[in-house]
Amino acid sequence: MIKKVLTATALAGMMVAIAGAAQARDQIRIVGSSTVFPFSTTVAETFGKTTGFKTPVVESTGSGGGMKLFCAGVGVEHPDITNASRRIKSSEYEDCTKNGVSITEVKIGFDGIVLANSKASERFELTLQQVFMALAKQVPVDGKLVDNPYQKWSDIDPSLPDSKIEVLGPPPTSGTRDAFVELAMEGGAKKFDSLADLRKSDKKAFAAVAHTIREDGAYIEAGENDNLIIQKLEANPKALGIFGFSFLDQNADKIQGSIIEQTEPTFDNIASGDYGVSRSLYFYVKKEHVGSVPGIAEFVKAFTSEDAWGDEGYLADKGLIPLPAKERDIIGNAAQGLEQLSM
Amino acid sequence: MELNPPLEIDKALLKKRNAAETRFKLYGLAAVLTAVLVLGLLLTSIVSKGYTAFEQTYILLDVRLDQATIDPKGTGRQEDLAAASYRGILRDALKEQFPEAESRNEKRSLYGLVGSAAEYDLRNAVLENPKLVGTTATIAVKASDDVDSYIKGFIPRDVPQSDRKIKDQELGWLDTLEADDRVIKKFNIDFFTHADSREPEEAGILGAVIGSLYTLAITLALCFPIGVLTAIYLEEFAPRNRWTDIIEVNINNLAAVPSIVFGLLGLAIFLNFFGLPRSAPLVGGMVLALMTLPTIIIASRAALKAVPPSIREAALGMGASRMQTVFHHVFPLAMPGILTGTILGMAQALGETAPLLMIGMVAFIADIPGSINDAATVLPVQIFLWADSPERGFVEKTSAAIMVLLAFLVVMNAIAVLLRKRFERRW
Repeated sequence: MIKKVLTATALAGMMVAIAGAAQARDQIRIVGSSTVFPFSTTVAETFGKTTGFKTPVVESTGSGGGMKLFCAGVGVEHPDITNASRRIKSSEYEDCTKNGVSITEVKIGFDGIVLANSKASERFELTLQQVFMALAKQVPVDGKLVDNPYQKWSDIDPSLPDSKIEVLGPPPTSGTRDAFVELAMEGGAKKFDSLADLRKSDKKAFAAVAHTIREDGAYIEAGENDNLIIQKLEANPKALGIFGFSFLDQNADKIQGSIIEQTEPTFDNIASGDYGVSRSLYFYVKKEHVGSVPGIAEFVKAFTSEDAWGDEGYLADKGLIPLPAKERDIIGNAAQGLEQLSM
Repeated sequence: MELNPPLEIDKALLKKRNAAETRFKLYGLAAVLTAVLVLGLLLTSIVSKGYTAFEQTYILLDVRLDQATIDPKGTGRQEDLAAASYRGILRDALKEQFPEAESRNEKRSLYGLVGSAAEYDLRNAVLENPKLVGTTATIAVKASDDVDSYIKGFIPRDVPQSDRKIKDQELGWLDTLEADDRVIKKFNIDFFTHADSREPEEAGILGAVIGSLYTLAITLALCFPIGVLTAIYLEEFAPRNRWTDIIEVNINNLAAVPSIVFGLLGLAIFLNFFGLPRSAPLVGGMVLALMTLPTIIIASRAALKAVPPSIREAALGMGASRMQTVFHHVFPLAMPGILTGTILGMAQALGETAPLLMIGMVAFIADIPGSINDAATVLPVQIFLWADSPERGFVEKTSAAIMVLLAFLVVMNAIAVLLRKRFERRW
């Protein structure tokens, strides 16, 4: 008898829940990049506190995962906004269009990718070419591609320290890794004449060389958690780590960013574009949901206000590197007017 | 006494056998000691990193609470008091304390000494005691996360200014405040009464705890009746044939399926097919119920099996029907074992993150969930999110949240042990 009642209650509960779930949503749903996550959540929290709207729910799904959810269709079961640590791909744009989703693109700022080591050791000074030579699976030696022979930094250049190459970085699923490979590795590969020629003749073959990281133990995949990489760097002063600038910013008493191409990864150098290994961060808004889910237009406005993304806004305190004032002006206006993206 | 001669040979053998036994005991002891040592290390590391999170640094400020700025009409009503701009009052108090901060940047860092929500501390103090209006009161407001980390000793003083989150000027201010005994530490009640926040000094675990409770309630409501009825049917009523064998093998296999697979199933069926909301404890509970079902079924069957057949035979012999036999005699006797299995299954569900990843419960949620349909997160996911945050202040919060989760698990397991001890009968 008790069992009967329990089962019945559970079933009834589920019915009520399912019926309730079908109702309209009054809370913004955001998905996407884990790099944009700290910024998006900060805006969401402030937005919830200062306006009458509910605090948006922000999920960390990765840029690609976010796009997939975002482009799946129009309706309350699909998210309203997706964050991305890279621009939307044309394949994703087509997917969106096919499912009747029209998009507004908002570029929010920059994120530098740093190579850093413990303060207990000397600061590294590297060129992109040296970064490529240290980390690529195959490197050109005397014009021929061979498996990476360099075991110590001093093998690459006598001015570098006489210690084993040991770099802790994110796994292939990570957006930080994608950006690092594209900006640093590819930038370094282009410096070799033989690879530059290859790039002209066969783009795919070039990408295969430039984007493949060595697997012989010199590059250590340390998971998606950047705090973990920092802890490992502290424990092992010989190792270098790859992660986003905000983690360097928060831990500047323990670790130092390597100088790349004579530029130190500082807030100002990344903002001015002098530090080469940096990428743009975006979020994308589903125009069809504006009006049906309350608060989207206001959220976009809050995100693109000087209080948030300005030079002295609260996002800069969280480590976001702001766009130049002029660009902020143009992008902010376009965003608040919900200008449609076309590709 | 013919047996004597071979004894000489046996002695050597005996010595060897005894030595082997001693060695084996030592290996066992070494294994136990290693396990205890590792566990001890783990707990020490968590507690030593996390205990500081239960305290929060406050700054005592002399705040001038003018009637004219707070309650110009002098109504004294709570709404009017709540609507005043405490941000400005707080900033004035800071400026009065340190008038030397003049440039825009200096003021910015001065205001940064107190937490981003410190104005609410002030407002609450006024609401609690409206008589303060019109006086200059000494009020404790929350320090910012960087100041908090510095006071707790996580930010070293002896490194160059550019490498510190707290600059020299701020250090000077803090030294003055400390010399005046204006920096105090209080028990961090907000850690237990707030939901998640991006500001470490504001972040708390209540949202995640409530989310976990809702999720577990759904899990229990689903998998306890289904699991127990399945076990009773299979154990007491089902005929032994190929079909029940297949079902049994499958249940045992399901218990070993990696939990992420249940998450994928939940995504495909509950979210995409039934259209249930993402991030909701309802779906989380349903997915975890799928995961916990095999555990409960297996434990319940073992408990039913442990009831001796003589009980059933006696009941049947007295003329009871099979259902009466089961529900009047066998099931009550098996209950402690079933409950123990259920609690252990629930403890496993409480610690699970992987399946929840797929259904959107890995999310930043600043509101405390009010129902099983509201977006929510659970304790282990909260730990994961904090561990991944750049701010230094979240390091101690992560360890503190782990301590809370462990406390829940220990309590649940203790209840399971207690139930077993008190009610289990041995035949």
